[in-house]
Amino acid sequence: MDSSKSAELRRTPLHALHLARGAKMVPFAGYEMPVQYPTGIIAEHLHTRAKAGLFDVSHMGQVALHGVSGAALETLVPGDIAGLPEARMRYTLLLDADGGIIDDLMAIRFGGALHLVVNAATKDGDVAHLRARLGDAAVELLADRALLALQGPQAAAVLARLAPAITTMPFLSGARVEAAGMSLFVTRSGYTGEDGFEISVSAERAAELAERLLAEPEVLPIGLGARDTLRLEAGLCLYGHDIDRTTTPVAAGLAWTIAKRRRAEGGFPGAARLLKELTDPPPRRRVGIRPDGRAPAREGSAIVDPAGNLIGEVTSGGFAPSLNAPIAMGYIARPHSDPGTPLAVVVRDVARPARVSPMPFVPTRYYRG
Amino acid sequence: MPTLRFTKDHEWVRQDGDTAVIGITDYAQQQLGDIVYVELPQPGTRVEAGKEAAVVESAKAASEVYAPVSGEVVAVNQLIADDPAKVNADPLGEGWFLTVKLDDPKALEALMDEAAYAAFVAEQG
Repeated sequence: MDSSKSAELRRTPLHALHLARGAKMVPFAGYEMPVQYPTGIIAEHLHTRAKAGLFDVSHMGQVALHGVSGAALETLVPGDIAGLPEARMRYTLLLDADGGIIDDLMAIRFGGALHLVVNAATKDGDVAHLRARLGDAAVELLADRALLALQGPQAAAVLARLAPAITTMPFLSGARVEAAGMSLFVTRSGYTGEDGFEISVSAERAAELAERLLAEPEVLPIGLGARDTLRLEAGLCLYGHDIDRTTTPVAAGLAWTIAKRRRAEGGFPGAARLLKELTDPPPRRRVGIRPDGRAPAREGSAIVDPAGNLIGEVTSGGFAPSLNAPIAMGYIARPHSDPGTPLAVVVRDVARPARVSPMPFVPTRYYRG
Repeated sequence: MPTLRFTKDHEWVRQDGDTAVIGITDYAQQQLGDIVYVELPQPGTRVEAGKEAAVVESAKAASEVYAPVSGEVVAVNQLIADDPAKVNADPLGEGWFLTVKLDDPKALEALMDEAAYAAFVAEQG
């Protein structure tokens, strides 16, 4: 990367830490981010599944909503936000008027107010969208906060050394905790399929917290490369690839985000179309794919039926370190979407046999108490 | 003493008589990171200098391996097809890709020797 280009990229509060640990830095969503450390993507991935990995996700947008009721946010998303209890978190979608997905996000109610965590590449657009509908003063992008994710089966044991109270936090809940002299906002959540936490900390203390966590023997720093392979194994969508404005929650296999009460009441963007899709499904849907051979099928690969007819396209794909095999997800014509259905993915002009697979590809291990 | 030469695309080629073994350099494997898949040509097919001879996929992306020289493929390394991490572990040894029968036994003379390649890599920063 040349210096003129890197000068335009934003840096997170952990930038110096990444460089000191030998990270390979790449441009991502306008930020200079670590794609991997000298450990390498496969070892980082397997370490996270076995022990605990620390991810810098400070590029994501942390948004505070001021004076916004659950009912008000419900005009923009299909989730049950009015019914979201204090200190509980929910995955939901910002939808456009046609039911297309503007972004996927986490919403949490804390201290009586709603907070959101949105994707890095979409955060400026999300904020503009939210301000246009909820009022400028109601939407605050918290630029002075960093976000760390500690993920893996030993994440809770590690974090409990700093903050014992986190041990019994339910999955998708949040708590304010004091740890190592810092005030942290912790949620039990993540993007790996493992138990884990996302930790919001002031930008000025973020490096100190990261070093404190990295000093624990179970913890290694993990880059965006392994973050992507971990989320793909967990069957989780990557915005801008697996979901976007051209996909609806129903086509994306995210109909579960349309809450039962919202189905009865409507009142979310694209409700007419989406409620119709629930009974009259759209022609294509998102599925998991397991190639039979070793060749990864990347984003953009055509999916064909055994006779060679085009039936869909890969939206995310690569190598799954936990399975030592390639995996992918993509959209295919609904008649071909049942698990086990034979198909082929076209890689370098060769149709390679594959099958529709259930997701997640690797069992999730969220904390269930 | 076999002749060892290098390309600007970070392949190596080692000549022994009228055949040559081809692989990717240590710099190339470091830049790629974990290699998860290798696609090799069929023995009996031809490779042309500067054209794609094989494909190597890292955890992140697919890359072409270009033939440093032209010739007929006489052998490919099944070991790396079965265990692609061998390319990371030993790029100039067990991680070789293919052997060709050289069209022109003097073809390697146009390529960089070890010192010239080391200088070229140093320039890459």
